[in-house]
Amino acid sequence: MSVLIDKFDVFAGGFWLTLQICVLAAIGALILGAVVAVLRISPVPPLRAVGTAYVNVFRNMPLTVVMFFAAFGLPALGSNADFLRVPVLDSLFSRLGTDLPYFRFALIALVLYTAAFVCEALRSGVNAVPPGQAEAARSLGLTFGQNLRHVVLPQSWKASVVPLGSVIIAMIKNSALIGFFGVVGDLSQTADQLTSAEGYAFIPVAIGISIGYLIMTVPLGALLDRLEKRQAVAR
Amino acid sequence: MSQQTSVLYDVPGPRQRRITLISSVVATVLLAVGAYFLIYRPLDDKGQFSMELWGPLVDPSNENFSQVWDRIGLGLKNTLTAAALAIVASLVVGTLLAVLRIQLKSLTRRRFTGMATPVAYLLRGLSVTLSAVTRVCVEVFRGLPVVLTIFFVARGFPEFGISFDTLWYLVIGLTVYNSVVIAEILRSGMEGLPGGQAEAAAAIGLSPAQTTRMILLPQAFRIMLPALISQLVVVLKDTSLGFIISYEETLNIGKQIIGVLDNPIQVYVVIAALFILANYSLSKLAQFVQRRLSRGRKSAGTPAPQAPPTVLASQAEGTGGN
Repeated sequence: MSVLIDKFDVFAGGFWLTLQICVLAAIGALILGAVVAVLRISPVPPLRAVGTAYVNVFRNMPLTVVMFFAAFGLPALGSNADFLRVPVLDSLFSRLGTDLPYFRFALIALVLYTAAFVCEALRSGVNAVPPGQAEAARSLGLTFGQNLRHVVLPQSWKASVVPLGSVIIAMIKNSALIGFFGVVGDLSQTADQLTSAEGYAFIPVAIGISIGYLIMTVPLGALLDRLEKRQAVAR
Repeated sequence: MSQQTSVLYDVPGPRQRRITLISSVVATVLLAVGAYFLIYRPLDDKGQFSMELWGPLVDPSNENFSQVWDRIGLGLKNTLTAAALAIVASLVVGTLLAVLRIQLKSLTRRRFTGMATPVAYLLRGLSVTLSAVTRVCVEVFRGLPVVLTIFFVARGFPEFGISFDTLWYLVIGLTVYNSVVIAEILRSGMEGLPGGQAEAAAAIGLSPAQTTRMILLPQAFRIMLPALISQLVVVLKDTSLGFIISYEETLNIGKQIIGVLDNPIQVYVVIAALFILANYSLSKLAQFVQRRLSRGRKSAGTPAPQAPPTVLASQAEGTGGN
């Protein structure tokens, strides 16, 4: 068990890196997912088709394939994903600005993949609002924007918060994949590094890594459970 | 489509229809221009549409064509084998786990009256402990990434001197995660049933085990069928993680092909298309089953056992998991 204490800084570093990519990917996926959701519920058929195609493609493709696309397809196109080197952000999240592009590739893959699920969570929320609500708002003379802001969105938000949370939890778990795509030093890559390269006993390392992920996923899951119970009562 | 748009928008009048038509045309043009400049041009500039790169995959007269597709076929076979084994194993283990958790939960409520006091206390303590242990196991394995369970299985088993084919590492790793998820799906299905079901079963003299087997489980399976099919999609997608432990599934084969032919984008496009095809049909099947079920309930004329709100959440998590 001594590896847990001796190498605590390695574990903590891995945890920190995983947390960084999760925060960035969650923000990115929420924004992109919201955009795709707007496309999917827009009244213009071509835009709707694009949104639907996006969701169908990314939801039915394994994240591994998306990762491969990002990690091998982008370099084949000569891109290093340098547009992600946002000036202020890369000083905050140090890996964004490094010359090695793998963190950025992994981030792109996670965002693209998760956005499809975020879109579905948001859309199912909007669809859960009874049609009578929007109809009543229209007959009161509210404009489309007012209708969304005061009637539909507050209600749909309630219905989509729990699915959104599940999507984010799934994303945290999915982020374990980045260690196998060249991102050095995240939690899952730490496991590989410590057991195979540095020859530490397997079990303690596995426990340490597991704890790292459980710290992120279990409290979030418990929070969601509570939210869900409260909503069930409110309904 | 028309159903969901009607939530937000009125039935369009002549003016609105004109606006929609015009904006459709504008959007189509913009999208086409955007696709040309942002996707087609960069790809074309790098020569990604050349027959040299696509040929082995799409042109039957190409010398590598049959060999490439033989390999991909082998990969598909391995993927499907792993997926089938994993889903069957997860269903079996998941069902057992769900029943175990339900039984333990009802055991913790029993007071074991009629036994000697110390024995009763012992039994109560035992059932509470067991219940807590299974709960912790479920939470732990649900909270761990599948990538890691597969990786841990492949690394951990040899530590104890147990070694299998890589196929079995993949299957075990997938089963550990998915059986827990399926157990939770079934359990929430059973707990969401109206209490009258279990009470009626008890009233006609069924034992708790019989109640679960003959009354609760079949209904839970029925209600949760769409969620279970979505979980099948997740398993199929997760088999692609086999490349971590160098199991020869489709993606791994793809990597080998790329190593020889050096056409990553083309090979991944083909593999992605295969996955999308399989998973899209599965999701459509889930939707179809859901519609059939909700229709069946209406025509039966009985008060429908509503799927509990947790169904939605577990579905979202299921499809979100990898």
